[in-house]
Amino acid sequence: MNAPLDAILVGILLTGFLLLGSSRLVSCIRTVALQGMLLGFLTLAAAERDAVGRAAVLTVASTAVKGFVFPWLLVRVLRGAQVRREIEPLVGYGASLLVGLGVLGLSLWLGTRLPRPDPPLSTLLVPVALFTMLVGLVLIVTRRKALTQVLGYLVMENGIYAFGAGLVQEQPILVELGILLDVLVAVFVMGIAIFHINRQFDHIDTDRMAALRDWTR
Amino acid sequence: MIAALLLPVVAAGVLAFFVRADALRRVLLVGAAGAHAAATAATWLAEPAPVWGGWLALDALGRLFLSITSALFLAAAAYAVGYLRREGEGARRDFEEGLLFDNAPEAAFTGCLLLFVAAMTLVTLAQRFGLLWVALEATTLASAPLIYFHRHHRSLEATWKYLLICSVGIALALLGNFFLGVAATTGRTTLPLLVPDLRAAGPMLHVPWLKTAFLLFLVGYGTKVGLAPLHTWLPDAHSEAPSVVSALLSGALLNCALLGVLRAEQVCAAAGLAPFGRELLVGFGLLSMAAAAVFIPGQTDYKRMLAYSSVEHMGIVAFGLGLGGVAATGALLHAVNHSLGKAMMFLVAGNILARYRSKATGDVRGLLRVLPASGVLWVAGFLAITGSPPFGPFLSELTILRAALDQGRIALAVGFVASLVVVFVGMATSVLGMAQGSAEGARGGREPWLGIAPAAALGAVVLGLGVWVPSTLWTALEAAARLVG
Repeated sequence: MNAPLDAILVGILLTGFLLLGSSRLVSCIRTVALQGMLLGFLTLAAAERDAVGRAAVLTVASTAVKGFVFPWLLVRVLRGAQVRREIEPLVGYGASLLVGLGVLGLSLWLGTRLPRPDPPLSTLLVPVALFTMLVGLVLIVTRRKALTQVLGYLVMENGIYAFGAGLVQEQPILVELGILLDVLVAVFVMGIAIFHINRQFDHIDTDRMAALRDWTR
Repeated sequence: MIAALLLPVVAAGVLAFFVRADALRRVLLVGAAGAHAAATAATWLAEPAPVWGGWLALDALGRLFLSITSALFLAAAAYAVGYLRREGEGARRDFEEGLLFDNAPEAAFTGCLLLFVAAMTLVTLAQRFGLLWVALEATTLASAPLIYFHRHHRSLEATWKYLLICSVGIALALLGNFFLGVAATTGRTTLPLLVPDLRAAGPMLHVPWLKTAFLLFLVGYGTKVGLAPLHTWLPDAHSEAPSVVSALLSGALLNCALLGVLRAEQVCAAAGLAPFGRELLVGFGLLSMAAAAVFIPGQTDYKRMLAYSSVEHMGIVAFGLGLGGVAATGALLHAVNHSLGKAMMFLVAGNILARYRSKATGDVRGLLRVLPASGVLWVAGFLAITGSPPFGPFLSELTILRAALDQGRIALAVGFVASLVVVFVGMATSVLGMAQGSAEGARGGREPWLGIAPAAALGAVVLGLGVWVPSTLWTALEAAARLVG
């Protein structure tokens, strides 16, 4: 058992619930940033003794991108779009939290179902990673604002990253940095897209973008 | 040698953003396409040595998909010169809703196009799973601005769906990467996640983790391949993108994404799980064909019709690869045929769109009289893509069908043929209606040779492959199919 690791994992778990329950977009952005920073420390806490140097580089890079660049970028997008809150999500906040509990149960169950990898780092790792991924998916599916969907994508990616950081130490640093760069560019491109969506439509509600479909022209 | 494939397109891509003169930038585009094609042709003469500790290497499978990409890029680059000349800067009126819109700056378009091809090249070269993922996500990011070339709300909607659905899908494939990493771990050591290393270690891989990893790869990359029911982004993106981009998306990108799935299947096969992956491919393949058969008849937008036809053909390829053996060879031949034929049709669709200013099938009449060259190519492309003799797809579809019958899988063969027939009838109604009829009011216009020649060249190859498959090509296809099996 590894106490700092467990503490970080519980922290990540809490950020997931925070995201499900809050409507202010700025606080959602900050929560995702916090989650990203926790992930950076997770890499460090999970690293084996001989791989601390690699983990340190990753921690610095991912904390810089997820903890500082993303919130800065997304807050700018938010200002440009002049929206504050996710009003009337497709699934309400109370219900979202209930869904979150269900997702947590599912993740815990799946965590016991998956065959245990050889050196078990922490029993919490797999459930928390799965939970975070699924929370990201829930955000993408149940929220209307394009910005919240980007946040959902980031949360999902965070969950996957947590999984990798805890279980696969082999991934070379170049690949890890490549993945980080891809996510950075993805958020950047999505940010530009939201800027254009706001200019074209005067809103960023993705459920109201429905011109393209079959048969009903 | 591998550097010769990658560096020119990357350098030209970066440079294109900064070149001010349109003419110079277009020369750059065509020059880079020529260099890429030459480097690709050279790989057929001498196998390039792996570089970067085996991270980048060109095997038979990669070379096949690289060649498809390179050929389409050459055709698309030539076509793009004429297209970009036609599409100047400044505000223009949308013909569907009458609103005003701008085009994206040409420099950004050309730069993204080149980087898009560079990313696809990297996909075909990547032997390391992590790198493959990075490259495939890069293709999404580089091509999203291309779809939003015409800056109006419909293309923006398509771009957003494409970005979000493909990024989320591909994120699942990243999880697949990590699952694969766990599967390759024994004790405290993990094998390097390189295709050859994993294949060599096949039986030692941890089976439940590997199976889950394959499922994640299939769903993740399958989203980008456009396998039903994960194809929802595809018709929107293909119909709203400029035709030259649609040609590359449909002919090159979908195949590159499929390569991601095939890499995973390669590892599964080495671990003795070949049937597991194959049955899934057969299932998804047939489902995609059936989905296309539902959406193509009655489709009122001819670019959407072509997009659904791509869903169908990726289904055919997946189906054939799933059957294995001769069918897999046939499926890879079909991938070649489909890419060339579909790219040709999208390029011709661009000509039609420019003349009639409508994507509605009902608005296009008398194509053979108004645009004789495009009209002939449109009908020929339709015959090719629906698998009529003497075109290539007929041969490859027949190979797959015969293999299915030889394996005694009658029900699958019936489903295969039924989907093909429904799609044929559906497309025939639209295409022949567009080709024939009197063209009231529409006078014949000049057809620029840059709009015709690339499509005609692609069509000639598809026709040639229906008459005669060179033995070099067949051997290469067999070698590639053996890698998957």
